Amino acid sequence: MRVHFTVNGRPQEADDVWEGESLLYVLRERLGLPGSKNACEQGECGSCTVRLDGLPVCSCLVAAGQVEGREVVTVEGLADFAKQRAEHGGCASGACGTSLQDAREWAAEGHDSQTGEGTELSPVQQAFIDAGAVQCGFCTPGLLVAADEMLERHPNPTDADIREALSGNLCRCTGYEKIMDAVRLAAARQGEAV
Amino acid sequence: MDFLRPASWEEALAAKAEHPTAVPIAGGTDVMVEINFDHRRPEYLLDLNRIGDLEEWEVGEESVRLGASVPYTKIMEHLRGELPGLALASHTVASPQIRNRGGVGGNLGTASPAGDAHPALLAAGAEVEAESVRGSRLIPIDAFYTGVKRNALAPDELIRAVHIKKADGPQQYSKVGTRNAMVIAVCAFGLALHPETRTVRTGIGSAAPTPVRAKAAEEFLNAALEEGGFWDNGKIITPSVAKQFADLCAGACNPIDDVRGTASYRRHAVGVMARRTLTWTWESYRGTDGQTHQKGSVA
Repeated sequence: MRVHFTVNGRPQEADDVWEGESLLYVLRERLGLPGSKNACEQGECGSCTVRLDGLPVCSCLVAAGQVEGREVVTVEGLADFAKQRAEHGGCASGACGTSLQDAREWAAEGHDSQTGEGTELSPVQQAFIDAGAVQCGFCTPGLLVAADEMLERHPNPTDADIREALSGNLCRCTGYEKIMDAVRLAAARQGEAV
Repeated sequence: MDFLRPASWEEALAAKAEHPTAVPIAGGTDVMVEINFDHRRPEYLLDLNRIGDLEEWEVGEESVRLGASVPYTKIMEHLRGELPGLALASHTVASPQIRNRGGVGGNLGTASPAGDAHPALLAAGAEVEAESVRGSRLIPIDAFYTGVKRNALAPDELIRAVHIKKADGPQQYSKVGTRNAMVIAVCAFGLALHPETRTVRTGIGSAAPTPVRAKAAEEFLNAALEEGGFWDNGKIITPSVAKQFADLCAGACNPIDDVRGTASYRRHAVGVMARRTLTWTWESYRGTDGQTHQKGSVA
């Protein structure tokens, strides 16, 4: 089966997709976008969270065939997505976006990998680094996608808003406190920028 | 495996008639788990995501016609006034990611005794709109659950919508689990006051082979409320009545011991939830004006 859909603003096509395959598998194994992580494969952990037509979903529970013609944003496209949202309030045309090559080559490398200085990061990604919310990093992509979407809906989130929005993302390293700090930091910076 | 992608409801019914073993997939939150874990290899997957009607709802005079694929998030955001019990239940489903995909149609199709929507549907009163190429029918919710993960659907039928009675009084929903998010219910309880008919309805989840109503408890409470003139005088429900109601609800359970809890714990917890939800809803009923409850207000 062949599936056409938009990933990070660019039209993509995946070939030889098995009918029972998940969107997560297509992203990781067929499109070379391993940012979305594969852990529980049953929607418990949230590490495969992507946005499907704007909504955060577990990509392991979306059948590949169900995304035909739809729009997906993964963590690889998050920086561009956030930038376009800040500049134009979103990208509907699909003309902007991250090329597949750029997305594949994306890495948080720069002059200073500690602070992420000199690299293109979304505000929420930068806040995770600054607050020390990344330990082993496996849960991070899902948390970033979920947190970014929450901040879009709630520019001034309460702790309860943050906890609820991240309740479907498990982290076994941090104890969540630094993650809470990171999201509060991203919200505060977002507030200053406006 | 074949992936069937009907573009309309009529096409979906035709596909289901032609391939009765086809497994419908909408949110995928049950079906994809089974496929990912190799527990199921259906010959046909029938994708319902392209049928936009299934994600819509209509608020009528008496009831809400809720499309089978309306995600839980939408129920929480838009139908809290009309369907307070179901909105509360929806909020206990898994996580935001799952609530953005899953809906009541899938819960009914899977018919797990632990499905979060069932106690709320039983308490509110509902009918399942099932359709095939042969025609359409409304299945009363009380007749829908026929066994563990079994329902009254014929092999060629699909769930199109659920017709749920609009709240005419306070409704509550309670669920026991190890944390607030991402839990399958150890057991759950839904309760709805229906001041218009002066009746109380209940729903119990995860404490019997199917979701069930505590009918003996309802009959007892209906009689006790009538006898004491409670609907008119708006008095506090006497502790002995609440206790008897709770005991009868616990007695309606037929639970098992499993990894999530023991049978005796489930019976106990259902009794506690029955007493609490009765107290919460009754206080809300009394609080409005002591006589009649505002239609559609939230418990």
